[in-house]
Amino acid sequence: MTDFRLTRRGFMHSAGAFGATSLLAGTSRPALAAGVTIGIVYVGPRDDFGWNQAHAVAIKSLKNVAGVKAVEEENVPETDACAKSMESMVNLDGANIVLGTSFGYFTPFMVDLAKKYPKVEFRHAAPLWDGSKHPKNLGSYFGYLNQAHYVDGVAAGLSTKSNKLGFVAAKPISSVLSNINSFLLGARKVNPNAVVQVIFTGDWSLPVREAEATNALVDAGCDVITCHVDGPKVVIETAEKRGVKSCGHNASQAPLAPKGFITGAEYKWETIYKIYADKLAKGEPLPNMLAGGYDSDMVQNTPFGAGASEEARKAATAAIADLKAKKPIYVGPLKDNKGNLVIDKAYDNYDPYLDQMNYLLEGVIGSIT
Amino acid sequence: MSESLASTEQAMDKESAVRDFFARLRRDSEYIAIPVLALAISAAVFSLFLLAVGKSPIEFFQLVERGGFGTAFSIQNTLQRAAPLILTALAVAIPARIGLVMIGGEGALVIGGFTSAAIAIPMLERVPPAPTLIIMALAGALAGGLWVGLAGLLRHARGVNETISSLLLTYIGVAVMNFFVEGALRDLTNPNKPSTKPLGDAYMLGKIPGTDVHWGLAVGIVIALSLHVLMTRTTFGFAARVTGGNPRAAQAQGLPVGKLIVASAAIAGACAGLAGFFEVAAIQGRANASLAAGYGFTGILVSFLARHNPVAIIFVAILFGGIVASGGLVQRRMDLPDATVLVLQGLTFVILLVSETLYGRFEFFRDARGSERT
Repeated sequence: MTDFRLTRRGFMHSAGAFGATSLLAGTSRPALAAGVTIGIVYVGPRDDFGWNQAHAVAIKSLKNVAGVKAVEEENVPETDACAKSMESMVNLDGANIVLGTSFGYFTPFMVDLAKKYPKVEFRHAAPLWDGSKHPKNLGSYFGYLNQAHYVDGVAAGLSTKSNKLGFVAAKPISSVLSNINSFLLGARKVNPNAVVQVIFTGDWSLPVREAEATNALVDAGCDVITCHVDGPKVVIETAEKRGVKSCGHNASQAPLAPKGFITGAEYKWETIYKIYADKLAKGEPLPNMLAGGYDSDMVQNTPFGAGASEEARKAATAAIADLKAKKPIYVGPLKDNKGNLVIDKAYDNYDPYLDQMNYLLEGVIGSIT
Repeated sequence: MSESLASTEQAMDKESAVRDFFARLRRDSEYIAIPVLALAISAAVFSLFLLAVGKSPIEFFQLVERGGFGTAFSIQNTLQRAAPLILTALAVAIPARIGLVMIGGEGALVIGGFTSAAIAIPMLERVPPAPTLIIMALAGALAGGLWVGLAGLLRHARGVNETISSLLLTYIGVAVMNFFVEGALRDLTNPNKPSTKPLGDAYMLGKIPGTDVHWGLAVGIVIALSLHVLMTRTTFGFAARVTGGNPRAAQAQGLPVGKLIVASAAIAGACAGLAGFFEVAAIQGRANASLAAGYGFTGILVSFLARHNPVAIIFVAILFGGIVASGGLVQRRMDLPDATVLVLQGLTFVILLVSETLYGRFEFFRDARGSERT
């Protein structure tokens, strides 16, 4: 057993080279077409106005690239069904790379598949890959969406009249807290009186509770609502119905709020997927970790809607330019909303310290416990 | 004289035995012909649907064949997906034979899977894998059995509608698991997806040698065959079927109706609980919200399509596994939404249910009965 594992591990080290040769020769698998086949698996529907749609939009843009073929599967649960779907893409569609976009796909399913198919690349959309224990043909990619939430905050700070902004959040984990805090800092940059009131729903997709939270925030006086949940559709629609403005999350929700939409924080998976397709076509090894923000074109903001004032548009556009120039968002000293000093200096936007965020900044009304 | 008479009688006996055999065959073929006819009609109606949305039915069925049964990988994919469905369908079929509509398989699966994962936690690294897995399987089956058995007990003791109570118990089961998985039993090394502590590779149940399919399939088939024997060849099965036919008459005959009801429910729950054990020990390696993946609900469909016959369940589960397995390929190649396969499943289900009303209405099969009378 041990021997077998050792040889397999040795095999994986040369996986990149193997992948390249098999690609050029194009013989080993019954591929649909010569070139690169990308398989992608979504946990929900492709048109959810949220997380899954953001990926699907990017995949759609790849379909126009010559020599690239994309195969998609939606509504795949985090059970062995996802492993079988991915395996089917490898065996029946000749996929060269398989992308998993839901958290629970990673362990054990993608880790096992990467070991089983050393010639195929596997990439997962959350920072879970660990070089010390995971195969080399597996990896992670993600975007620093908090930068786009910061831009949302700038636009929202200049669009509010009550100075109260509402945030509907799923779970108090670091990536969500980072979006909330960045949204606050954006708003505070242009409007020192702005506060952000947050409600945690407890899970990624709880439409009824998301609607209740939105209504509660509007009742509490918030006149701009944004969110971090899997499918922001309900939040944005409820805000529009209540006659308040809104900022989006994950994908474009502009069509849902023709009156109140300001802008939204969107991933730009397209950039990452094009890097993968390009490198595979050239036979170059893929990076195991690929992540970035505005300066590497991996996040974006939805085009301004009717809710954004001229002033907000200008300030938000300037904020985007600042982020592209790598200007830091977190500049200390900043306290959390319990009075502890948490940001002592200016942190680079990619500083690992910020990934460990477990607090809400002063100016956020709400609690993570 | 008397000898030749006896031999003539013997010959007549033989002749009538052969005739009886064919008559039976002809009569029984109704149970094959009608479902096959229903499947053919479903395929035809679904083809019309595909034509209406501008897709080729031929391509669709070719892809189903290729994705579900056409390659060695496809067949294993199909069998793997069929494995949990056999057990969850049995969880519906056994109570159905006694006249109960139990739909709590999902809850029993979740509770069974959770219990087996929880009981393993203190045993990891202390007890060798084989006994650990056996104890996990027993604990999963026991927990599932108690869970659905409770619905049976409520039915018998308090007259509570078992369909509603078993369904509600499902929601409670999922909530109980979430409560522990997000609380006391949470593995803190996995921050974003609350789960119990992972079993680790050494404690995972392997695959059936030479295949990529886990042992749940083999165990499911053995249990289905055993339950078929139980229901057709034992006094328990006979008593259960009599109760299913007419509970009052069964009671009047002195059959222990209450015990039969609770026992059937418990057997059902144990099957689903075992399915949960396999999800944990062969696939997930831990208990978390992914256990509630809907296998319990799909099992209801499978059992109804198999007319609650444990042997037929094996085949229907494999057919379903194949449709689901090929669903991905259909999505990918034909650019159809995921719901397409659900349309096919829904159509098949409705048409098969309608076909139930056709039994005894065809001359061909009735003739067979007629010939038996002469």
